[in-house]
Amino acid sequence: MTNKLPSRDVVIVGLGWTGAIVANELTDAGLNVVAIERGPWRAAATDYAPNYAQDELRYRIRHELFLRPDQTTFTFRNKASQTALPIRSWGAFMPPNGVGGGGVHWNGETWRFLPSDFVLRTHLTQRYGARFLPSDMTIQDWGVTYEELEPHYDRFEYLCGISGTAGNLQGKIQPGGNPFEGPRSRPYPNPAQQQPFSHTLFAKAAAGLGYKPFPQPSGNMSQAYRNPLGVRMGPCTYCGFCEWFGCANYSKASPQTTILPVLVRKPNFQARDNCEVTRINTDSTGKRATGVTFVDTSGTEWEQPADLVIVCAYTIFNVQLLLLSGIGTPYDFNTGRGVIGRNFTHQTISDVTSFFDKSKFVFNPFISSGAIGMCIDEFNGDNFDHAPHGFVGGGYMGQVQTNGRPIETTPVPPGTPRWGSAWKRAVRDNYQSALKPGTGVHGSMYSYKDVFLDLDPTYKDRLGRPLVRITMDFHDNELKQNHFLTDKFAEIFQAMGAQQVVREYRKGPYDITKYQTTHLCGGAIMGTDPGTSALNRYLQSWDVPNLFVMGASAFPQNAGYNPTGTVAALAYWSAQAIRTQYLKNPGPLLHA
Amino acid sequence: MSGIRRRDVIAGSALLLVGSKLAQAEVIAGHLPWHPDAGAPPRPVEPGGWRFFTAAEVETMEALADRIIPPDPQTFGGKDAGCVLFVDRQLAGPYGHREGLYVSGPFQPGTQQQGPQSPQTPAQLYRTGLTALDQYCHSGKLPQRAGFAQLAAAQQDAVLGGLENGSVHFDAVDAQTFFEQVLKDLQQGFFADPLYGGNRDMCGWKMIGFPGARYDYTDWVSRHNERYPYPPVSIAGRPEWNR
Repeated sequence: MTNKLPSRDVVIVGLGWTGAIVANELTDAGLNVVAIERGPWRAAATDYAPNYAQDELRYRIRHELFLRPDQTTFTFRNKASQTALPIRSWGAFMPPNGVGGGGVHWNGETWRFLPSDFVLRTHLTQRYGARFLPSDMTIQDWGVTYEELEPHYDRFEYLCGISGTAGNLQGKIQPGGNPFEGPRSRPYPNPAQQQPFSHTLFAKAAAGLGYKPFPQPSGNMSQAYRNPLGVRMGPCTYCGFCEWFGCANYSKASPQTTILPVLVRKPNFQARDNCEVTRINTDSTGKRATGVTFVDTSGTEWEQPADLVIVCAYTIFNVQLLLLSGIGTPYDFNTGRGVIGRNFTHQTISDVTSFFDKSKFVFNPFISSGAIGMCIDEFNGDNFDHAPHGFVGGGYMGQVQTNGRPIETTPVPPGTPRWGSAWKRAVRDNYQSALKPGTGVHGSMYSYKDVFLDLDPTYKDRLGRPLVRITMDFHDNELKQNHFLTDKFAEIFQAMGAQQVVREYRKGPYDITKYQTTHLCGGAIMGTDPGTSALNRYLQSWDVPNLFVMGASAFPQNAGYNPTGTVAALAYWSAQAIRTQYLKNPGPLLHA
Repeated sequence: MSGIRRRDVIAGSALLLVGSKLAQAEVIAGHLPWHPDAGAPPRPVEPGGWRFFTAAEVETMEALADRIIPPDPQTFGGKDAGCVLFVDRQLAGPYGHREGLYVSGPFQPGTQQQGPQSPQTPAQLYRTGLTALDQYCHSGKLPQRAGFAQLAAAQQDAVLGGLENGSVHFDAVDAQTFFEQVLKDLQQGFFADPLYGGNRDMCGWKMIGFPGARYDYTDWVSRHNERYPYPPVSIAGRPEWNR
């Protein structure tokens, strides 16, 4: 039996970054909003208090803050000809769970995509000709431009108190910033964080090679900050427990530290935690959403009617909800038709580990923050001429090492035994003088015809729903890109004076056990044509106009940056369209 | 709207255990949730006795621990560092029976890229693997017929090398999978916070110069190429604080 709740103006599925942003915007517009979150409420005092947050085993190794695979997981295969098998414990990415979503345990790396990233197919075709692109590559323009998103990037950066150095202020290139970034209307709200030894050494070597190094834009506070909503954050203490951990110090931008204290106090907002939305309900025409159905921890099913449904879950769960609700045409990779599940992407990450003379270098790798780092952007997007190289795409690279936590970060030179006295000695001798940036080369992954999401025919979640099936492999374009970038990256460590530089190229096949990033993208993409996109440029469903879908699931392909800045900018952009256009005249904002 | 209800518990009696915290569906409105004495600190292992391993298994595990992490004049080996106690408590807890992981069938072998697909829990793997290891050592394939713990160190290393490179096979369980599990767990015990039973006196951290659960390096971030001088701190404090 389903219990019916009183109707609301808006129901939001998932209370992470996008859910919190959209809820705050729409409650400001006077709407009654309820947000339904699958996981628990999270706060520093209950979930990562300062006296026990710095626990590598509990949070990094045992994944305490993440979704538990027994709640739900995915199946995975490289090729459509294989049988997909379930991901039984997390590896290549870490799906979030609970209020705050990935915003709780991210590093805070807050980038803007390049202006050319948003018009990718047009841009690359104009510069290199259509035949330069692999025939099975399905990259698209987004339908929105950098110029349109700029004010929304700006809002998110000021909400979060991002620490950074501007590289392009209203078209004027600034010293010390990223000269390749799109024009920004004003500087970052906070100065860049201080940089530890190895990060400054990287910057010096990069500058010596003719690059323009700059501090990574960071959601870790370089100083105390009060955001435009009046919420206060404290300066980061460089504790070295950031990614995979919650910040006990209110120093990392998250929904908890920027929006929720204001949002929760509004009389027209309500949140339900530990409730999982199982379906978006539609009326008999299938063209209008009537609300959602969710199940609570007792197994009781509830219906929440609403005039507007806004899906704000993690990438794959957005797609799953659309597929399970029968909204939009599922993608069929045999024909290339259909849109739900199409253009699924991840990232192309690699690393370089380097070993220095221990009598001359002491790096103290444990002194770090999540989004600290010195980076270069010469090899991102289309910042360089790809014609001689035979691939497209790229990424930023940098000394972005976030920690010296010893279960994860005890690099030893190649050839060292994995156990025994020689291993123990090598761990001791290299800990202070080795560098392992982690996501040092942060490359793009473009979209392909045979990389997609659909529903698994065999495996089910605890509620009996089919798991989403991931079909993904690396393509030559990305592997070539990675080889080129990793070599460039290694040259910088050589110039830093490393005795040994080990290049860890990303190799195929795509491996679901090897962590890259949690930046899964696509599957419910935005675009200009309902034949090739699920959403219009305002993130509004082409099929169901009172349904909007936020998040990286809207990215037609992934760029060479961390996605959160763009995810948040799109949420503000969409919320603005709802406030200024949709509410006046509910219905499609664009006609196909 | 439906009125502000601070903690309107909508769930019935069934509770979902998330970590060490009881999670129950709630409605949050009007205030940030606040529960007195909130928090879920980790529970330090209770010393004394074994929760998972039998006495014979402890003997084998301690021998394994001291070959994987041998003692040296400055730093304990795996045995004295408490790595076996660490693994014992992990196997007796949620990790041992894969709590929270996806364990629904069908179980089918896949490619390496698809990740582990074994129906076996870590606890089962240890139980079977440790027996198989001793059977192998008694089987006459080695110069000496004895339990693993009784072999000479060089012989123990030879067996471990064979497990690692796949040249030693067990009937009951995949020998390489067993080795990888033991290697990972013992080394984690050497570096995890001492409250979990290993890394005794923070020996693993002292060995490399990791300061542990220190919270504030603000004064040190700009002191470049200078060794951080302070000793490590555990979540449970420092031994001398508790005396």
